[in-house]
Amino acid sequence: MSNVNDWLNEHGDYLYRFALARLRDPHQAEDAVQETMLAAIKSNNFEGDSSARTWLTGILKHKIIDLQRKQIREQPVSDLIDFDASDTSMDDFFDVKGHWLDKPQTLDMPENALEQKQFLNILSSCMDKLPKKLAAIFTMRDVQETENETICKELDITATNAWVMLYRARMGLRKCLEINWNIG
Amino acid sequence: MKFMITCKQASQIISQSLDNPLSWSDRMKLKFHLFICDACTRFNRQLHLISNALKSMRSDTENDSTIQLTSEAKIRILNNIQAKNH
Ligand SMILES: [Zn+2]
Repeated sequence: MSNVNDWLNEHGDYLYRFALARLRDPHQAEDAVQETMLAAIKSNNFEGDSSARTWLTGILKHKIIDLQRKQIREQPVSDLIDFDASDTSMDDFFDVKGHWLDKPQTLDMPENALEQKQFLNILSSCMDKLPKKLAAIFTMRDVQETENETICKELDITATNAWVMLYRARMGLRKCLEINWNIG
Repeated sequence: MKFMITCKQASQIISQSLDNPLSWSDRMKLKFHLFICDACTRFNRQLHLISNALKSMRSDTENDSTIQLTSEAKIRILNNIQAKNH
């Protein structure tokens, strides 16, 4: 236990920020740090030649994926059906001929720091509005930059499923940004 | 090879391009479509903007030293571990 105390004092904040940046939820980030500590005291593979921080971060990465997998599996079955590749709700954005119903507008990252912060806040709240499952896979891909292959393996979904979900998440996000950012 | 694609198809290829390298034929079709279509060009920029913004959001959080595990959180973690590690 004294190890855990030392780890928390020396690396706790770093690990917490690492988890928060990827999970975007303080409660889950704390859980991830806790599970990392638990796994660390149970395992004996800490090699003296890597730093404790590197070792702990390696464990944390797996714990983050575990949490996301859980989040995705806990979704109701109706959601799973909803994200089938045959889903036609992707047509919402296009007419039968494949033309945009509402043409995408110009979106620019503002120059000044304050507006940038506002922009990022809106992006963040748009991500919160996505269906949880979509948000989770999208976060894995675009926030954590996880390889597609890894996502499919970890979540046990097909490549087609993955791309449909990513596509829908991106379509939803950009629309939400357009509506909430371009009003000014 | 059908060279002309719809905006819907273009949007799908654009999304895929963020995840995997495109095939030669998809790349050519997209390039041609973007050349003639302002809407999809804006869509392409939107997706890149979102992707870059998310990365900067991530590194902002990682580097924000004001974000810390509170001492209450540390105690919670220690207590939970003690309870689970029997
Ligand atoms: Zn187009």
